[in-house]
Amino acid sequence: MTALVERTETWVQVCRITALLPERGVAALLPDGSQVALFRTYDNEVYAVSNTDPFSEANVLSRGIVGDRGGVAVVASPMYKEAFDLRTGVCVDNPEVSVPVYPVRVVDEWVQVGLR
Amino acid sequence: MTATLVVVGHGMVGHRIVQALRDRDTGGRWRVIVLAEEPRPAYDRVALSSYVDSWDPEALALPGNDYAGDDLVELRLGDPAVRIDREARTVVTAGGVEYRYDALVLATGSRPFVPPVPGHDLPGCFVYRTIEDLDAIRAAAERARTSTAPGRRAAMVVGGGLLGLEAANALRGMGFSPNVVELAPRLMPLQVDEGGGALLRRLIERLGLTVHTGTSTESIQRDGDRLLAKLSNGTELDLDLVVFSAGVRPRDELAREAGLEIGPRGGVVVDEGCRTSDEHVYAAGEVACLDGKVYGLVAPGYTMAEVVVDRLLGGGATFPGADTSTKLKLLGVDVASFGDAHAATEGALEVVFNNAVAGSYAKVVVSDDAQVLLGGVLVGDASAYTSLRPMVGRELSVDPALLIAPEGAGVGTGVGVGALPDDAQICSCNAVTKGQITAAITEQECADVPALKACTRAGTTCGSCVPMLRQLLESCGVEQSKAICEHFAHSRAELFEIVQSTGIRTFSELVTRHGQGRGCDICKPAVASILASLGSGHILDGEQAALQDTNDHFLANLQRNGTYSVVPRVPGGEITPEKLIVLGEVARDFGLYTKITGGQRIDLFGARVEQLPAIWKRLVDAGFESGHAYGKALRTVKSCVGTDWCRYGVQDSVTLAIELELRYRGLRSPHKLKAAVSGCARNCAETPTKDFGVIATEKGWNLYVGGNGGFAPRHAELLAADLDTETLVRYIDRFLMFYIRTADRLQRTSAWIESLEGGLDHLREVVVEDSLGIAEELEAAMRRHVENYTDEWADVLGDPEKLARFVSFVNAPDAPDPSIEFVERRGQRIPVGSEERGSQPALIAGPKLEVVNS
Ligand SMILES: Cc1cc2nc3c(=O)[nH]c(=O)nc-3n(C[C@H](O)[C@H](O)[C@H](O)COP(=O)(O)OP(=O)(O)OC[C@H]3O[C@@H](n4cnc5c(N)ncnc54)[C@H](O)[C@@H]3O)c2cc1C
Repeated sequence: MTALVERTETWVQVCRITALLPERGVAALLPDGSQVALFRTYDNEVYAVSNTDPFSEANVLSRGIVGDRGGVAVVASPMYKEAFDLRTGVCVDNPEVSVPVYPVRVVDEWVQVGLR
Repeated sequence: MTATLVVVGHGMVGHRIVQALRDRDTGGRWRVIVLAEEPRPAYDRVALSSYVDSWDPEALALPGNDYAGDDLVELRLGDPAVRIDREARTVVTAGGVEYRYDALVLATGSRPFVPPVPGHDLPGCFVYRTIEDLDAIRAAAERARTSTAPGRRAAMVVGGGLLGLEAANALRGMGFSPNVVELAPRLMPLQVDEGGGALLRRLIERLGLTVHTGTSTESIQRDGDRLLAKLSNGTELDLDLVVFSAGVRPRDELAREAGLEIGPRGGVVVDEGCRTSDEHVYAAGEVACLDGKVYGLVAPGYTMAEVVVDRLLGGGATFPGADTSTKLKLLGVDVASFGDAHAATEGALEVVFNNAVAGSYAKVVVSDDAQVLLGGVLVGDASAYTSLRPMVGRELSVDPALLIAPEGAGVGTGVGVGALPDDAQICSCNAVTKGQITAAITEQECADVPALKACTRAGTTCGSCVPMLRQLLESCGVEQSKAICEHFAHSRAELFEIVQSTGIRTFSELVTRHGQGRGCDICKPAVASILASLGSGHILDGEQAALQDTNDHFLANLQRNGTYSVVPRVPGGEITPEKLIVLGEVARDFGLYTKITGGQRIDLFGARVEQLPAIWKRLVDAGFESGHAYGKALRTVKSCVGTDWCRYGVQDSVTLAIELELRYRGLRSPHKLKAAVSGCARNCAETPTKDFGVIATEKGWNLYVGGNGGFAPRHAELLAADLDTETLVRYIDRFLMFYIRTADRLQRTSAWIESLEGGLDHLREVVVEDSLGIAEELEAAMRRHVENYTDEWADVLGDPEKLARFVSFVNAPDAPDPSIEFVERRGQRIPVGSEERGSQPALIAGPKLEVVNS
């Protein structure tokens, strides 16, 4: 994550960490109109990936079920159920497909997403 | 050069001939013309009696019977052959069409034998062989039902054999009190011995049939609207109708006229290659007479079909002889007979267990040295049949008494499938041996019963060998993995047990103590459903919220553009004009697309997440509640209009449907549940496609279970008949709770019933006879469900914390998702398609459907 942080110039504050239920995502609207899906896993890691499900083109990834595949944190798209690695955005079921990941950090209880 | 085969008769055997030939004749040596007398393509005559459940001919159709897309087969329906010219090698049909053949197969089956009793041809006298026969009986039943003549609705079946008893059962289902008249001193004289016959009679009389044995019908007379039958023992019977089921006679008339050799008691004489006295003409099925015998069962007919096909393709197959074993379940009474059931073999010894108290009779017949099993009879409990039948003619490794020793006597019942040699026939209907099945498992990797059925045809006809197929899979070491996913090594049923017995009520605790990892989109919703079935508060309470699939999470159905659809409950499909107007207004005000569902309600499409609470508010205020269209839960109980309006209804289907829908609303289950209630046998509510369906009868309600539409449509089957409303509801309570506790994830009731050891019969024992002693507990669980039900929408509206989740964006709660766009189609809004959005189609993989194990 450090590499991304260095390239990040602008951080957008999106919500308080308490708005993120463990293993249940939310969506946030970024200033450029793009949408990001935010997740907090059971061990309190926070992840941000694009909210757009590449298979359906609908903005729904934030509504997927969070869990793990072989220990790797994933979200399963609610549309056709493909799972995406929350760290890399790579689709576990079809590694040729991936979703963009965003830098994310928690500062004073606030979740911030880095614009790229 | 293509040669022409003409097949006369499109019954079970005729169809098998065409199918087998087209399977094997890959080079297209033969083109086939099938001449059929009946107006519809081949159907499952063996299952004819099940026609009275649905009155849907399609349900009996044999797979592939229209040869669609096969240019080499021409099927001529409703035009029987009337003449064969062997010299010219032509066949002429009633319609006057003439066909030349290179080979001809007679597969004309047989006709019911009607004894020449005076009055046998009066209106009200029927036979029992075709769909048309049953339609005619049904029409007469209908007339009798509406007739004003005094007396009970009664029927007589002439013949107490297998078919006669089946017919009597069907008549009972139509509301008649059946009398069975049998000339022999016992029922099913061909199959069952005296001891078995006596028990069979007792069991059958207990079910309300009247049995007259050792007597014949002397005459039948018209008596006003009804019939009067006189029996030779002096009995007189007042009747509405008579069904003759006194045996069959081969339909050999074409062959007779053409001068082919005919057997002493009828039937076209064929050699072991199924060839008649004319080398260009074959005969197969019930019309053929082989070794002086005519076989009245489908299995030998299928074997003959294979022999004929092999011969047509230049092979030298011969008829290996036939197994005339029978197993059937009549009115819930098990009867089986196999091999030399009557100990006709010289020196044969019998071993009998006759338990008059338990109502079971078992006999095995062995050779004089007690070393070889020759046959047997089982009445009341035929569970040993599947393992005993393949042993016939083989050396026994155990004391014959142990084969049928009752359970609890300290020894195992029957013999294990492992003990059978490879050439033992497991499926006698389709002549599939143990060796063929194990080869399919080990070499062709069949891993479950459906795969074995598809690969070997075993178990596809009467189904009695299915338990053996399961045992063979196990004995070949095919672990039927029960693990629901990588996080739990348990099946859903086992997880249910764990949750119920340990009192664990959170996923985290469950996965920590009994699983591994953090779960996934398979186990989480499954556990959520289990928790909901055990009454764990609102499905969005606490951690449960994170387990729900998006539909349950937003209490609405996700659509392809990320919007949701909303379906309020309309119990039984009955709705007031005021409520209809509210639905219209809500749809108009929120710009929702409306469509009427198959479950008699109205679906409102295109709602964004943040609109859902406002939509619900309007609906809840108008008296609506959630319809649970989003859940693996009870969906609807569809109904016809019933006695309030319908001229034909016999019960108030609407009231019952509403009661049932309100009782089971919100009930979470392994898969969605659909139901229906029909007010009469016309069945306008389409109950056969429902998980549970109720059809009104004169005396109450018939309960059908295990139907579904979808990918692999299934017909529901009769679980219990003529129930009063209270009993009906009790049985449905038990059925549903038993399903909820023991089914796999996403297993519809049909597949669940099939997966039960003992299938529908077992289910009936559990639900009706309470064989597991859990009925009380199941009913109590349902009572708790009913008492604790609340509307999930209203609950969210009253809970600010839950309401706060209904936003498109956490950082812009009022903003709609800007990517959601609509276009207009036929006056309503629909999602913009990829083309209309002007973007490159970015679909990388096609949409996938989750494949549900069935
Ligand atoms: C109610 C019932 C239950 C049964 N239960 C069982 C069971 O449990 N187990 C079992 O093994 N068997 C059972 N049977 C018997 C089984 O159905 C028959 O053995 C099987 O159907 C025989 O097949 P088939 O093709 O020889 O004759 P069918 O299926 O009778 O077909 C013959 C066809 O030929 C047609 N036909 C006749 N003449 C002509 C002509 N001139 N031109 C054109 N077409 C003609 C007939 O209309 C008919 O469609 C049952 C039968 C009935 C009626």
